[in-house]
Amino acid sequence: MARMKFLCDAERCIECNSCVTACKQEHDIPWGVNRRRVVTLNDGVPGERSISVACMHCSDAPCMAVCPVDCFYKTEEGVVLHDKDLCIGCGYCFYACPFGAPQFPQTGAFGVRGKMDKCTFCAGGPEPDRSQAEFVKYGRNRLAEGKLPACAEMCSTKALLGGDGEVIANIYRDRVTHRGKGGEVWGWATAYKVPSATGGGTQPGNVAPAPAAPQPSTPSGGTKS
Amino acid sequence: MTMRNVSLALGAAVLALALAGCGERPQVVNYKQGKYQGKPDTPAFANAPFNGNRQQWENEIDTRAHNQNEYVRLRD
Repeated sequence: MARMKFLCDAERCIECNSCVTACKQEHDIPWGVNRRRVVTLNDGVPGERSISVACMHCSDAPCMAVCPVDCFYKTEEGVVLHDKDLCIGCGYCFYACPFGAPQFPQTGAFGVRGKMDKCTFCAGGPEPDRSQAEFVKYGRNRLAEGKLPACAEMCSTKALLGGDGEVIANIYRDRVTHRGKGGEVWGWATAYKVPSATGGGTQPGNVAPAPAAPQPSTPSGGTKS
Repeated sequence: MTMRNVSLALGAAVLALALAGCGERPQVVNYKQGKYQGKPDTPAFANAPFNGNRQQWENEIDTRAHNQNEYVRLRD
């Protein structure tokens, strides 16, 4: 059984935001809600990196753990979904999510939050598959049509991969083998590299040009979404 | 001799305990109807065009997933 995952190749992402646009168009997402965002590290500095971020459909999802009304469920394919009829819009899932995936449409004055909305891996929700009710609440159910998420399939550089975790991991591994670099963008060294005594690798303008050795810089510049 | 046997048994027990940590538990939650408070959901392959044919649906998804690899796609 597939374990559905997203993987964004930071070496390929060109910050075109077409994944964001594809998602909004596919699901008729209201203004102010972005199920997917492109985040750029060290923006404007040579060597900047962009990644497309949405719900990562965690294997052990913290949103599911904190939801006070237990409105989340996980499909056999590992897609984390929720029932909007049950959601009370409390926002606990937003605090728990490390990716900022849960979105809350403003339904009134003074920032009143509506029911939570998030990436569904284009798998709809508990309403009948491909029904109008499902589309209105959760967007299009592409998985039930035998298709992968629109963001991944629309990605022009194929930076964003979606599908069975094993398959997309193999695709990424194949790429890294072909180009001889790129695997170092992710991992412990990127996230937790200890600053050197000379300060190299920690300044915004000091981004390593992706050498073969795992020595990427720590993103310390501004981020934008 | 007895001491040696006890040591061997203890060693075997420690080894078995240590190796028990190497196992991989399945991380994908099996969806069970009614295990959460919301409405039940049907699998993606339950309705048309797959009409419950799980294998056909999985093949379709797998083909699309592999098509994201242009190294393979362009060779064809």
